[in-house]
Amino acid sequence: MKTKYSSLFTLPYLIWSLIFIIVPMGLVVVFAFTTESGQFTLDYVSQVGEYTNVLVRSVWLAAIATVICLVIGYPLAFIMSRMPGFQQQTMLMLIMLPMWMNFLLRTYAWMTILEKNGLLNKLLGLIGLGPFDMINTQGAVVLGMVYNYLPFMILPLYSIMTKIDNRTIEAAQDLGANTKNVFLRIVIPMSVPGISTGITMVFVPSVSTFIISRMLGGGGNLLIGDLIDLQFLGNAYNPHLGSAISLVLMVLILLCMSLLNQFNGDEEREGMLL
Amino acid sequence: MSNTIISLKDIVVEFDGQRVLEGLNLDIHDKEFVTFLGPSGCGKTTTLRIIGGFVDPKEGDVFFEGRRINDLPPHKRHVNTVFQRYALFPHLDVFENIAFGLRIQKKPESEVKERVSEMLALVNLKGYEKRNVNLLSGGQQQRVAIARALVNHPRVLLLDEPLGALDLKLRKEMQIELKRIQKSTGITFIYVTHDQEEALTMSDTVVVMNDGDIQQIGTPEDIYNEPKNAFVADFIGESNIIDGIMLRDCFVEFAGAQFDCVDKGFAPNEPVDVVVRPEDVKVVPEEQGQLTGMVESVTFKGVHFEMSVTVYGQEWLIHSTQSQEVGSVIGMQLYPEDIHIMKKMEESL
Repeated sequence: MKTKYSSLFTLPYLIWSLIFIIVPMGLVVVFAFTTESGQFTLDYVSQVGEYTNVLVRSVWLAAIATVICLVIGYPLAFIMSRMPGFQQQTMLMLIMLPMWMNFLLRTYAWMTILEKNGLLNKLLGLIGLGPFDMINTQGAVVLGMVYNYLPFMILPLYSIMTKIDNRTIEAAQDLGANTKNVFLRIVIPMSVPGISTGITMVFVPSVSTFIISRMLGGGGNLLIGDLIDLQFLGNAYNPHLGSAISLVLMVLILLCMSLLNQFNGDEEREGMLL
Repeated sequence: MSNTIISLKDIVVEFDGQRVLEGLNLDIHDKEFVTFLGPSGCGKTTTLRIIGGFVDPKEGDVFFEGRRINDLPPHKRHVNTVFQRYALFPHLDVFENIAFGLRIQKKPESEVKERVSEMLALVNLKGYEKRNVNLLSGGQQQRVAIARALVNHPRVLLLDEPLGALDLKLRKEMQIELKRIQKSTGITFIYVTHDQEEALTMSDTVVVMNDGDIQQIGTPEDIYNEPKNAFVADFIGESNIIDGIMLRDCFVEFAGAQFDCVDKGFAPNEPVDVVVRPEDVKVVPEEQGQLTGMVESVTFKGVHFEMSVTVYGQEWLIHSTQSQEVGSVIGMQLYPEDIHIMKKMEESL
């Protein structure tokens, strides 16, 4: 009875994932390896090689943004997890709040802040500094990534850290661990699943973003996402090349993630689902 | 037994403006098994945490071998703790849990191995080195927690209700085990429990606490046989506490009758609490009794019958190996040395 019911309930999800996940991915693969007339070709996949610099830049900027998110998010998540219940809820709320606003709008706001005649340069001008070129730089792109994806780092970290009992920390102190040792030997090892989830959730959208780089990076800091966008919606219209780039990106992300999982012991893998 | 290792002086602790300890004074002697006994909320765990360094007293001083250690953080104290529900490190196996303190001290691998296996032997966990601590039974986790705390060779081991989560049989075994470990290591044990039987079984000294204050300090025998006040008498074992009047030295009136007793030093006609243990009441035929009472209920308790008897309008608890019929009237006799006279407590409990 039980199996009958549960298979019945999973059916809609199976259909859903078939239509919206499996088939589109299959189509991407098909497109990547065929010409317009439907013949098999490796041309497009090999053409991706011409964009190696864009690929490298995408991975590099996304990696920097991920590291910054981790450095900012980790202490914050820990402090939050040690707060009294009510304050924890408030902090969560504050972290989620910007996400209620439209992604484009938020990024657009950064444009006006970072512009040559923008808010920040005006403020700096008041104390006799600048103006600096902040918009249309790689730094601005990384800033946009960090700003937009930081909550995705904090939330999994926070959720795993609330599970670290204060008594576990006290036990470590009791056994002679100072603050540094408490972190190195207890808090960090115990939060590894949260770290790897956070990294995944920041790195993957960062590496494939195109809005952030277009709005904050100007034309000169094209990312892989922009490239794909151009092939489908832009002047360079070529869905076959676009699919090939997407496929390479997908493989790249998979590689990065499996590399990350190597650091995660087998037992912690379930934390990836958090 | 004579040198004081830990000394608490006028300790006051407040949580959110509420006093948890009020001016507590206590000396703990080296190599002793000391138990803090009291109901929940009496301040016993707080006292333990002060010694461990996890609670800062608002007032008062903590001394360790004569040195004031108020400002010493937990990781610098020569004291280790076995926490309530153990607080083992879930990401480490049994070996690494026990080795934790040694790893912090950066001991060489050979010494770590030697001392950990020594501890594993002490707590009967040989062969469990690589086990996942999350999959151990309660009793095994308990042993790991004890080994982990003892591996650092602390001067004092603090134990916070360590047996609370175990079943009765295991608890009895661990009580004997703990006492054995304490004897063989010669480490001072400070043990917190609300279980009076546990306290009496293991301790050299029992500290009975209530409402943030010490009620009595003494050997288990002292505490049981000579409770200082009605609270101690009631908390340590079962007692009948009756209002009485001390007519003169060694002569007391209660429950409508007059008795010889062994206590003196009270003012003539001073109101007192009279404490009688249920097992000290001798059941006799009605006409031979100093007191008489009607049997209200009888419960079989294994070794004895527990009877509830109405005596002079008050319910008494009586233990007897012989059952009496419910509704019958029985006579009762008391020996003078079984009548414990206590000063009236200011507040009723």
